[in-house]
Amino acid sequence: MSVAQYLLLSSVLFCIGIYGVLSRKNGVMVLMSIELILNAVNINLVAFSALTDNIAGEVFALFVIAIAAAEVGVGLAIVLLIFRNKQSVDLSEIDQMKG
Amino acid sequence: MMMTNLLALVESLPSKTVQASGWFLETAWLIPALPALSFFIILFFGKRMKYKGAEIGITALAIAFILAICCAGQWISQVNNAGHGHDQEQHQDDDHGEEHQDSHEALNSENIEIASSENITIYAAEEKEGHESVAIDAVIQRFTWWESGGRTFQVGIMVDGLTVMMLFVVTAISLLVHIYSTDYVSGDRRYTHYFAFLSLFSASMLFFVLSENILQTIVGWELVGVCSFALIGHWWEEKPNSDAALKAFLTNRVGDMGLLVGMIILFWSAGSWSIVDINVAAINNEIGQSTLLIASLCLTAAVMSKSGQFILHTWLPDAMAGPTPVSALIHAATMVVAGIYMVARLYGVFFEGYDIAGSSFNVLALVGSVTLVGAGLLAFVQDDIKKVLAYSTVSQLGYMVMALGVGAWTAAVFHLFTHAFFKAGLFLGAGSVSHSVHSFDMKKSMGGMRKFMPTTYKTFLICTIALMGIPPLAGFWSKDEILVGTGGWGLFGGTGGNGTYVFALVMGIIGAALTCAYMTRVIYLTFFGEFRGDMHGHGDPQESGKRITVPLIILSVMAVAAGFLNLPVGFLTGNTTGWQERFGHYVEPVAPYFPGISHGTPSWSLAIFSTFVALSGVALAAHYFFVKVKAQSPAATELTNGLTSKNKLAKAGHTVLKQKYYLDHLYTDIIANGTKGPVADAAYWSNQKGIDELVNQVGKQATRSATFVYEKIDQNLVDGVVNLSGKASEGLGETTRTIIQRGKVHQYAAIMFAATTILAGLFIVFV
Repeated sequence: MSVAQYLLLSSVLFCIGIYGVLSRKNGVMVLMSIELILNAVNINLVAFSALTDNIAGEVFALFVIAIAAAEVGVGLAIVLLIFRNKQSVDLSEIDQMKG
Repeated sequence: MMMTNLLALVESLPSKTVQASGWFLETAWLIPALPALSFFIILFFGKRMKYKGAEIGITALAIAFILAICCAGQWISQVNNAGHGHDQEQHQDDDHGEEHQDSHEALNSENIEIASSENITIYAAEEKEGHESVAIDAVIQRFTWWESGGRTFQVGIMVDGLTVMMLFVVTAISLLVHIYSTDYVSGDRRYTHYFAFLSLFSASMLFFVLSENILQTIVGWELVGVCSFALIGHWWEEKPNSDAALKAFLTNRVGDMGLLVGMIILFWSAGSWSIVDINVAAINNEIGQSTLLIASLCLTAAVMSKSGQFILHTWLPDAMAGPTPVSALIHAATMVVAGIYMVARLYGVFFEGYDIAGSSFNVLALVGSVTLVGAGLLAFVQDDIKKVLAYSTVSQLGYMVMALGVGAWTAAVFHLFTHAFFKAGLFLGAGSVSHSVHSFDMKKSMGGMRKFMPTTYKTFLICTIALMGIPPLAGFWSKDEILVGTGGWGLFGGTGGNGTYVFALVMGIIGAALTCAYMTRVIYLTFFGEFRGDMHGHGDPQESGKRITVPLIILSVMAVAAGFLNLPVGFLTGNTTGWQERFGHYVEPVAPYFPGISHGTPSWSLAIFSTFVALSGVALAAHYFFVKVKAQSPAATELTNGLTSKNKLAKAGHTVLKQKYYLDHLYTDIIANGTKGPVADAAYWSNQKGIDELVNQVGKQATRSATFVYEKIDQNLVDGVVNLSGKASEGLGETTRTIIQRGKVHQYAAIMFAATTILAGLFIVFV
């Protein structure tokens, strides 16, 4: 398989992720979409890493996974607290911090 | 010849070098590590423990003490083993006639030349067994801490006789102080913190003692300073206490500058941090004499502040604000002896820098001699029992510094050793008295205490006699050795030594008399006469508990016994070489890093004379207090028609002493305020006349032109622009706020992605 196929897959994933972030009102869904974006990037990194025979990309991907786990942990905690306070995770309702 | 010149100095090259080794010596780092660990444990868990953390501190110190004893034992066996192989070769030196000695001295000059050409150090060996000529290298364990710019920074431990001795003293005193403190500060509001810092204090001092290089020395030095600051200010709620702590810390900073500069000079001239390397370089003349002199002077400044030498001693009496056991620890084992230890450790530098061998005057000896008499005089006019003891410590430290200055290294270290025990005993005794009467004022709250506190009285008396230097207690042997080491006693044929320091000898003898007199005063005012205190209806003062009296008894036993460790040569007759100068034999290094010092020959006449002087000091003071004052009234503390009330000169002298030579005034009023006042006045004048005038003129002109500018340009043109821009940005801000910054997360995300897309596009197109 050529690298183009991986890139295609990753860009599809990326677009799905972008769509999810922009269109979904549910905070949890937005977080999941962000995961998709990150994984699209990971595919890119691993694909190019395999292409150029350079381990750095894979290492990078591992870092991304670790950071993503932490980020999702914080994100879900925030969503959970918002749910407790507002009984809803609708992002369009959360605008108290507007300028 | 029998006594005065029994042993001659013999210098010879060591035929071999022995590397000392042994499990306890190599793992001596455990000794400071244990109290350091206990510091953290007490700090974090102390309050939840049954005895509030005290048990942890005592356990750690007890184990450290046992390890220190094991170290000492191992070191002694190492020295013994090293010596045995060489008994045979050295027997020729057994016979020391006058002529024999002369021929040896003739040979010595040759030896020196040979030695320096081959870069080998000369070893001084004075004992007839000849054990000494075998060099014993210190146990050194080190590892690389970090490397930077081609320089290696190492940490490690250096263990030799001196280190082992200090480990023993510090752990022993510290353990006793810990035990004593459990009673003395029981119920204190910061009991746990007190024990935590006591542990850290001991750990710092032990770390300092074991340091292998001067970097560690500096770290340990500062750590000791910080801990003393914390402990002196233990009761910081009262202003004088926190002031005293600050004073101790700041005065020490003055000397610490000297330490830093001196150490940096040594590092750059020797090219190494290692104490051994620096000493070897200094001894082998690889560093210039003037460089060494400057380094020694800088380090002497450090000693003056840390070890309370004139003129930087003023913090030490004020440091009495801390709890009494802390004072005992500071004065006997940690803190103030750090300066002495530093000189002893870097003795190669000082010995060469001041050219101690063969001269008759140097800064170290001068500072020590002046301190020992000056502080001795100050001790007379203090009413606070702890302050008398504090000045007494200053005076005794003066002895040690003086001894180091005249080249009597072993005597200085031995005095440190004996002094540690009897001074700790005195402080703890004073604490025991004050524990009972709740005051330190001898004139107002004490008197007649021997009836109420027999154990404290007996131990205090023993320690006092030891301090006075009356035979056969500990102080006599070490003080006599220092006086011998000055080499100034030429009455019956001279006493050898490194040079003829007559001034030091005279000051030393005067100091001995002063010590006796002021200690007699303390004994009278505290333990004799009539009780002058007020117990507020609690009955008579009571003897302190076991945890206070047992350490006192142990210390007084040491005050009696410690002196016999270093009996002078020729004191015992017969085949007794195994009994004399044991301390010097094991403690004084015979190694390339130690300079070849000469030893004075013990002199009966000097010993008898100094004892006579000491006894006459006691007699004079005793006549004044026990006869004259007592005859006046049992409750009296001084004669109402004494010398100071009749003689103007004596009155003036008394005032000067009361004001502590006006040194505090000198520092705060004259130096600090004196520079502050005139500088401020001058600045004020030039400010008013010069700068202000100019400023005023400039101001007037400026106002005039400003008025014009304001009316014409500012109001119309500039303000117009500013207002316009303000309005514009306000409008823009309002628009952005309502349109973009609406708090809609999706909108933010969309803008972000759009911007990213645009930027990515630009990136692809243009880069």
